[in-house]
Amino acid sequence: MSQFIKDGTIKLTNGVSVLSYAAAVGKMEGDGPLGECFDYISKGAELGEETWEKAESKLQQYAFDFALRKGHFLSDDIDFIFAGDLLNQCTGSTYGLRQYNLPFVGLYGACSTMAESLAMASLFIDSGMGEYCAAVTSSHFCSAERQFRFPITYGGVRTPTAQWTATASGCCIVGAVTEPPYIKAVTIGKIVDMGEKDANNMGAAMAGAAYDSISRHLSNTGKNVSDFDAIFTGDLGQVGSDILCELFSRHNEDISKVHKDCGLMIFDREKQDVHAGGSGCGCSASVLCGYILPRVRSGEYKNILFAATGALMSTTVVQQGESIPGISHVVEISHRR
Amino acid sequence: MDISKKEYSKISKKHSGSSKMYKTIPKAYAIGGFICMVGQFFLNLYKNTGLDDEQAAAYTSITLILISAVLTGFGLYERIAKHGGAGTLVPITGFANAVVSPALEFKTEGYILGTGAKIFIIAGPVIVYGITASVVYGVIYFTMGLF
Repeated sequence: MSQFIKDGTIKLTNGVSVLSYAAAVGKMEGDGPLGECFDYISKGAELGEETWEKAESKLQQYAFDFALRKGHFLSDDIDFIFAGDLLNQCTGSTYGLRQYNLPFVGLYGACSTMAESLAMASLFIDSGMGEYCAAVTSSHFCSAERQFRFPITYGGVRTPTAQWTATASGCCIVGAVTEPPYIKAVTIGKIVDMGEKDANNMGAAMAGAAYDSISRHLSNTGKNVSDFDAIFTGDLGQVGSDILCELFSRHNEDISKVHKDCGLMIFDREKQDVHAGGSGCGCSASVLCGYILPRVRSGEYKNILFAATGALMSTTVVQQGESIPGISHVVEISHRR
Repeated sequence: MDISKKEYSKISKKHSGSSKMYKTIPKAYAIGGFICMVGQFFLNLYKNTGLDDEQAAAYTSITLILISAVLTGFGLYERIAKHGGAGTLVPITGFANAVVSPALEFKTEGYILGTGAKIFIIAGPVIVYGITASVVYGVIYFTMGLF
C-alpha cells in the first residue's frame, strides 16, 4: 500500500517497476543529440496525416504500440491508461487512444503531464488497483504552434527566451515489482505562481514550481541532492535551468552538478536554433522513455529524480493579463529495489 | 517559497537574455531595404512599359503581394522573416504573409470556419486600426480645410 508521508509526498511501499517504455519522435528530434535513443523517428512532421492534430495522435499511438511490443504486452493487458497532451480538451490523447477500448484517465498538467501520469499509474499499481497501467503523453510542434501562437508559415520572430515544442511522445508501462527501474516515491506538485507574465518565457514561469517540488521531495523523504546521480527537470530550458540553480544556491545547495534538463538534452540549442530549448509534454516523456529509463535499468544511474514542469496557462488568460502559474511533479526512480 | 515575487523577478530578468540588437537591427535594415529595392525595381519596370505613376504603384504592390504569398505557401517567407524581423514585417509583403499563413493553416477546419473565419486573425488588428486612423486623419484634414 502506498504510504502518505506529508505535504504531497507519497512513498510506494509495495514496489512498482517500469516494465516497458518507448519513445516516438519527429525528424528534428531524431536529428538531435538523443536521436539514437528513440524507438521511432518519423520522416516528416505530418506522419502521413492530413492534420497536425491527427499527426500528434498517431505519434502517441506509436509510442503506446512500441511500449506494448517491447514489453510483450497486448493492449488488453493494460488495466488503466493515464494520458495527456497540450491540445484543447486533450484530444491528442483521446483520439490517439480511442481505438484501444481501455479504461482511460485524461490528465492535463501542461508539460508536466508525463510525471503526473507516471505518478498516477504507479500509485494505482502500488495500491493494488490493476496489474498493468500505462502512462503516455505527447506534443507536436505544429499543433501546439497553431493553438498557442501563430500559423506555421507566419513570419514571426521568436524571442531568445522562447522554447521549441518538441514533436515527441513517450509511453511507460508500469506493473508490480520485477526489475529496475523502480518507482520509489512521488511528490505531487503545487500550483506555484511567481508572477511571470511573459508567455515567451515559460522556463522562468516554471522554475519556481520546480524548486518547490524538488526541495519538498528532498525534505519530505529526508534525502539530499547528493543522494541522486541526476535530477532531471523537463522542460525549463536554459533560462529556467539557470533560475533553478540560482534558487538552490541561494538556499546553500548546489544542484548544478547533477541537474539536467530534458528541454536542453533533446535539441542542440545552437545548431538546431531552438532558442532557450525544447518543451512540450512529449519532450520530457521522450527523454524519460528514450534516454533516462534505459540508463536506470542498466544501472548507469542508480537514483534519479524526474521532475517534469508545466506552465498552467491558456492564451485567453495570458491575453487578459494574468500571470503564469507553474507546476512540477516529482517521481523518484531507482535502480535498486 | 521563501523568495518574494519581486526578488524572483530580479533573478528571472538576470537569466532571461534579450535580443542581440547589434545583430537584429542591421539585418532588419538590410532585408527590409532589399524588399523595398525589389519594389523599386518593379515600379521602374512598370513605368518604363508606359504605365502612369498610380497604375505602376498599384501593379508594384500586387507583384510584391504575389511574391510574398507564393513564398509563404512554400514555407520560405518565415525563413527570411526569421532574420528579417521588422524588415519583413513592415513592408506590404509582411501583411500578405500575415493573411496567407492563417488562410493556409486553418484550411483543415474548412473553407468557411477555417480559412474564411480565421484569415484575418493576425492582420485583422492592422485593418481595424488602419481604418480607424485613416478616419481620424480624414476628419482632421477636413477640419483644417475649413479655415
